[in-house]
Amino acid sequence: MDDFILRAMLAGTGLALVAGPLGCFVVWRRMAYFGDTMSHSALLGVALAFMLNINLMLGVLAVTITVSLCLLFLQKRGSLSTDALLGLLSHSALALGMVLIAFMSNIRFDLLSLLFGDILAVGMEDVVAIYACAAVILGLMYFLWRPLLASTVNRELAEAEGFNPDVTQLIFMVMMAAIIAIAMKIVGVLLITALLIIPAATARWFAKTPEQMAVLSSLIGIASVVLGLEGSLQFDSASGPSIVVASLCLFLLSLFASRLITGVLGKEQGL
Amino acid sequence: MHLIEMDKVGIKRQGRWLIQNVSLTVNAGEIVTLIGPNGAGKSTTAKTALGVLKADAGSIRRKANLTVGYVPQKLAVDWTMPLTVRRLMSLTAKPAKAEIEAVLEKTGISHLINANVQQLSGGEYQRALLARAILRRPDLLVLDEPVQGVDYSGEIALYNLILKIREELNCGILLISHDLHVVMAQTDTVVCLNGHVCCSGEPQQVAASEAYKQLFGEAASNSLAIYHHHHDHSHLADGTIIPSKGDHGDCCNHG
Repeated sequence: MDDFILRAMLAGTGLALVAGPLGCFVVWRRMAYFGDTMSHSALLGVALAFMLNINLMLGVLAVTITVSLCLLFLQKRGSLSTDALLGLLSHSALALGMVLIAFMSNIRFDLLSLLFGDILAVGMEDVVAIYACAAVILGLMYFLWRPLLASTVNRELAEAEGFNPDVTQLIFMVMMAAIIAIAMKIVGVLLITALLIIPAATARWFAKTPEQMAVLSSLIGIASVVLGLEGSLQFDSASGPSIVVASLCLFLLSLFASRLITGVLGKEQGL
Repeated sequence: MHLIEMDKVGIKRQGRWLIQNVSLTVNAGEIVTLIGPNGAGKSTTAKTALGVLKADAGSIRRKANLTVGYVPQKLAVDWTMPLTVRRLMSLTAKPAKAEIEAVLEKTGISHLINANVQQLSGGEYQRALLARAILRRPDLLVLDEPVQGVDYSGEIALYNLILKIREELNCGILLISHDLHVVMAQTDTVVCLNGHVCCSGEPQQVAASEAYKQLFGEAASNSLAIYHHHHDHSHLADGTIIPSKGDHGDCCNHG
């Protein structure tokens, strides 16, 4: 196996590992479009990072966190509905990023690889950064699992029984921003939420508890990454869309399998 | 030492007072029932007592290290989250397996331990929520309409269960009942809300009234009581208070 494929596989596996549990929360909290908004604004982060000559991941983190805080603030003010706010922030951030990139004619951007990911762009330092990030996020998830889950089920219940949902929410946002920053090179800003949602949705059919769903969606995510990257090499397609297509195939398969399972169980129980 | 002491508490949202001048206390082993019409601020009062809503006026004192068990009025678990009754029990705490089995036995749903919460009936779900709340061994139990969706006989059984819990845990209970009619005779204090405290006192005083005995007989006062709601005032549509003639009792002081 070539080095660059190995790096891509390693990076993708690390990413899928974190995307599993995080994606479950995105699904449970109905935050799919929120994730989209954050990841679309990552492009603005890239542009700003180049303009100010700072680290790319830092730029992305800063912008995505700012955008998510803006959204929370605007939501509390309640002047526009949430979906309108999401659309407004998501597309203006994306457009702002594109315009800023156009201004910087001295730097050559590979826009397609930013939008849809590029395996060739994954270097060893990226792999290290991804695993460092993954370790921190998974550690946080482990320690915050109970408060995170409780405030997802019912915010007021969690607060009444001694948790602090505001703090948990803030940490969750930062974790989202971090995964977007590390996922950008592999799946691209337009497709990051797919990697969060599709494996979680696939895992839902087979899980009995939230914990099972989190672990299963990590595994399904890893399978999607491996299959997708193989396909990307085979067909010379961009890595991001290939991974998403692979996860879609797994989702469709699971749909079929779950029908089969409930069908068999139904017959056994005489339903 | 009261578990909770609310003193002239007010909550204001968008320029409108949801509740105002609400004072109440809950002691260990005491059941305080909030009654009142829709929009009277019963849930708001309960959430303020819990600290979920911050008071805009007045003050709230809670006993230090108060352990709370809460059954909210609405708790819809999104169907995307796989959650069994067993897993629901350890949502905010880490109970032992035997404790979970014991509490489900007590609430009569031990056969549903592996069922998905989304597939429970209204009554079964309320029992599961109650089980989850008492599993925490709370000092204070806040029950926001715990019998919603429960049939009549189930309702009585659930109220009796709540009484048993009070005896076992010696916890204070803040109970919200939506309808004005049925309130436990064993409720120690009834607080009638309509944006403010209209009325509060022991239900026995009311249950002992002539009208009550005529309607239900003395035997009924042991399990269920009808709380008669004597107003010394009425409300205009905007909540303005109009005094009206009638007996006062220990009711109503709109300082």
